[in-house]
Amino acid sequence: MFSLNEQVALVTGASRGIGRAIAESLAAQGAFVIGTATSASGADAISAYLGDQGAGMVLNVTDAESVNQVISDIQKTHGGIDILVNNAGITKDNLLMRMKDEEWNDVMSTNLTSVFRTSKAVMRGMMKKRHGRIINIGSVVGTTGNPGQTNYCAAKAGLIGFTKSLAKEIAARGVTVNAVAPGFIDTDMTQALTDEQKESIFSGIPAARLGKPEEIAAAVVFLASPAAAYITGETIHVNGGMSMV
Amino acid sequence: MSTIEERVKKIIVEQLGVKEEEVKPEASFENDLGADSLDTVELVMALEEEFETEIPDEEAEKIRTVQAAIDYVTAHSEE
Ligand SMILES: NC(=O)c1ccc[n+]([C@@H]2O[C@H](COP(=O)([O-])OP(=O)(O)OC[C@H]3O[C@@H](n4cnc5c(N)ncnc54)[C@H](OP(=O)(O)O)[C@@H]3O)[C@@H](O)[C@H]2O)c1
Repeated sequence: MFSLNEQVALVTGASRGIGRAIAESLAAQGAFVIGTATSASGADAISAYLGDQGAGMVLNVTDAESVNQVISDIQKTHGGIDILVNNAGITKDNLLMRMKDEEWNDVMSTNLTSVFRTSKAVMRGMMKKRHGRIINIGSVVGTTGNPGQTNYCAAKAGLIGFTKSLAKEIAARGVTVNAVAPGFIDTDMTQALTDEQKESIFSGIPAARLGKPEEIAAAVVFLASPAAAYITGETIHVNGGMSMV
Repeated sequence: MSTIEERVKKIIVEQLGVKEEEVKPEASFENDLGADSLDTVELVMALEEEFETEIPDEEAEKIRTVQAAIDYVTAHSEE
């Protein structure tokens, strides 16, 4: 019911953090996993940790050609992608009054336009197979908002609208599209927070701790599995009770 | 070897699950053959595969009737 044997998964941004935990968890359930990094050394490291269960590839999600190339290479070598996890993401925080066009555009293209590109590129294969799973990694702040993150929250909220719309478009073809929205998770992205910031964040988290990347991966594995075939257009919040929506 | 017309009609029958006699030249996929927009996209995908060609989006959007599909394939397989 939860086995992913003989399925091929693509996880963007699998070099570290949440993406790495997702790649490892999908592989542990039997999937063959392609994980991506932005550098060749990152891709090699992914190949090393996945072993026989997958491979690392170089991908820049903001580059349309890179996306199409990687996906068509995977289709040639592994015969199509069953599970797409759009995980790659960045933050470029600033108060709106100080936010530069570049900060806005970089976050939009890495966190939102990328999802349009990769999803479009896997669509034909999934529609033909009458099976597929697209899982987008959002964020709790896409729903709650967060000062200093108008760009990031707009992109993550946009991702939910995208998820729902695409879910409706292709539900009849056996393809589900869902989002997982992490709260504060212990990765490089949150390492940048000061102790003071962490203290104030903890006070708003009933579980009183940061989440672990594997706790996000568990929700992704569930959505990718045959058990979740009737769940589509949903967002699963994994945030220790920080926000209940 | 069947003609282009026969091959196109066969694909339409398979993709849209309609009867052969319904597939008249003037029949519109969406208005007469019960296709929705996604069915039409899939039909174009199937034509691309059968005739080993790539149909650009702006051309694909014009293929809305049986005759339009036959005409497109005929025009592009003679090149
Ligand atoms: N950590 C949190 O608390 C938290 C909370 C909510 C949501 N999230 C979301 O969860 C996802 C993963 O976050 P994380 O904390 O694991 O991040 P992270 O540790 O900073 O890792 C980011 C990953 O994205 C990749 N990446 C960045 N820019 C890319 C690009 N242009 N093309 C392709 N890949 C790119 C990175 O590759 P390189 O290693 O090659 O740079 C890396 O693998 C993101 O979508 C993030 O928004 C995180």
